[in-house]
Amino acid sequence: MNAELLTALTIFVLAILCGFAVISKVPATLHTPLMSGANSIHGIVVVGAMFIAIEADEPIAYLLSFIAVAFGTMNVVGGYVVTDRMLQMFRRKPVAPAAAKAEKAEA
Amino acid sequence: MELSVLETLVRVAWVAGAVAFVIGLIRMNSPATARNGNLLSAGGMTVAIVATAVFLALERGGEAFNVTGWIIVIAGIALGGGLGLYTARTVKMTAMPQLVSLFNAVGGGAAALIAIDDYLHLSATSTLPTLQVNVATVLDIVIGSVTFTGSLIASGKLMGLRITPSRPVKIPGGQLVTAALALIVVAGAAFLWIPNLSVPVMLLILAAALVFGVTMTLPIGGADMPVVISLLNSFTGTAVAMAGFVLDNPVLIIAGALVGASGAILTKLMADAMNRSVINIMVGGFGGGEGTVGSVGGAGHSVRELGMDDAAIQLAYASSVIVVPGYGLAVAQAQHALRELAELLEARGVDVKYAIHPVAGRMPGHMNVLLAEANVPYPQLREMEEINPEFDRADVALVVGANDVTNPAARKPGSPVSGMPILDVDHARAIIVIKRSMGRGYAGIDNELYGNPKTGMLFADAKAGLTELVSAVKAL
Repeated sequence: MNAELLTALTIFVLAILCGFAVISKVPATLHTPLMSGANSIHGIVVVGAMFIAIEADEPIAYLLSFIAVAFGTMNVVGGYVVTDRMLQMFRRKPVAPAAAKAEKAEA
Repeated sequence: MELSVLETLVRVAWVAGAVAFVIGLIRMNSPATARNGNLLSAGGMTVAIVATAVFLALERGGEAFNVTGWIIVIAGIALGGGLGLYTARTVKMTAMPQLVSLFNAVGGGAAALIAIDDYLHLSATSTLPTLQVNVATVLDIVIGSVTFTGSLIASGKLMGLRITPSRPVKIPGGQLVTAALALIVVAGAAFLWIPNLSVPVMLLILAAALVFGVTMTLPIGGADMPVVISLLNSFTGTAVAMAGFVLDNPVLIIAGALVGASGAILTKLMADAMNRSVINIMVGGFGGGEGTVGSVGGAGHSVRELGMDDAAIQLAYASSVIVVPGYGLAVAQAQHALRELAELLEARGVDVKYAIHPVAGRMPGHMNVLLAEANVPYPQLREMEEINPEFDRADVALVVGANDVTNPAARKPGSPVSGMPILDVDHARAIIVIKRSMGRGYAGIDNELYGNPKTGMLFADAKAGLTELVSAVKAL
């Protein structure tokens, strides 16, 4: 095993732990937008698709990389836009803390 | 190893992108910062992509400049970006879950294509891949392909396409087919890892994985699709991380692993909220979706059917009404009709609130989005813990297309829903249930609520029923 692979594995393991840590106390109302947001992040695959497109040198490689770039970009653009649309819905919520408190006292 | 200035810069930009992804996800944990978190994440993505483009243009410039490659990149970005932007902006909020699944499918497809391309390239140059590349390539192809077809089927099921009905589809000899496909994949992978360089075997693995994605998802019912989509989302993350190992690209590894892990946790949270286990869902037990299994009449129940006018009178002369919207409301897209009824009641001085179960709708949190889209004032939406004590004082609980989340059987042991948090609908003075039939929910059991003497059943499609109620209230 070489040093580069070990570095890559280290990054991989730490990123997994990081992924476990960032999701823990999410209210259920945010589960769907959060899933959609995470969905957009794996659109980073488009970076890899760009590499294979520029390094392509034969028709089949051009074809595969073209589909990969298009797929990856669709994942990124569509993912972020639809997540933003979902979250926009939550924004206009003039939560009145006073009213909520009053009701709790009443109960 | 010494990096060029350019390569150093692009790698720094990737780290910045990764930092934005992590902080973005953390900020998306709370409603107040969620939108900002998503924008931060999108900003990080833009930086990473632009830096990559600049790097490729300069580093592979001059003699090595690949004109066709750049045409491919620009055309691909234009096509994919255009399609993504158009569909994301025009989709109805009720159809949003299937669109997310579609975006997930193409992400998994892109990851698989990268590995396929890399493998063909190795084969063309007769280079025997190193073990790490070989392992990552096979895993990328398998996971990416399963996600691709699996997510497409999940999306189709949510759209209710004829070829992918939302009910569970039994595949003849299903278990056997699945086992055979898994065997092909494992045997093929072992053969390649020995190591051997064989394009036909790679293609065989690819084909088996693509079919596996279909046979895995088809037998699962529509009501369980949110959990399935979330699981496939986690798979795509893992496939992208594998693509990162294939290309030796750190940002793909980081972002992929991040999504793989966070997606797995999110899947478990979703399954927990539905009182299901992920394994249970994937192996497929009950998962029919409302009204598909169901015996009309229900054993041992004597249910009271309510007329439209009686229901209208009960609602109009109540002083407080709690609406319990569920899956059936989302399916019938009845949120606008519901808001109209609520506004009509409020104009008559009735206090209207909405009780939102954590898993109401087609996905956790989906109901909030649907009602917000129909312009229901946010302060009227109440979470379960907050609204439950208020049922004791409510005159009418109006249940629209919700089933298992209102079943009092959950309070007692010995039923499939036991222990699931429910809305205390049966505490209200009167209960009106709008429902198509006595069909069961996805837990596949009868709802004791319907046999309650306080309960009146209005057998109708959620949208049609609410529209008729609106005219009945207007006529009073």
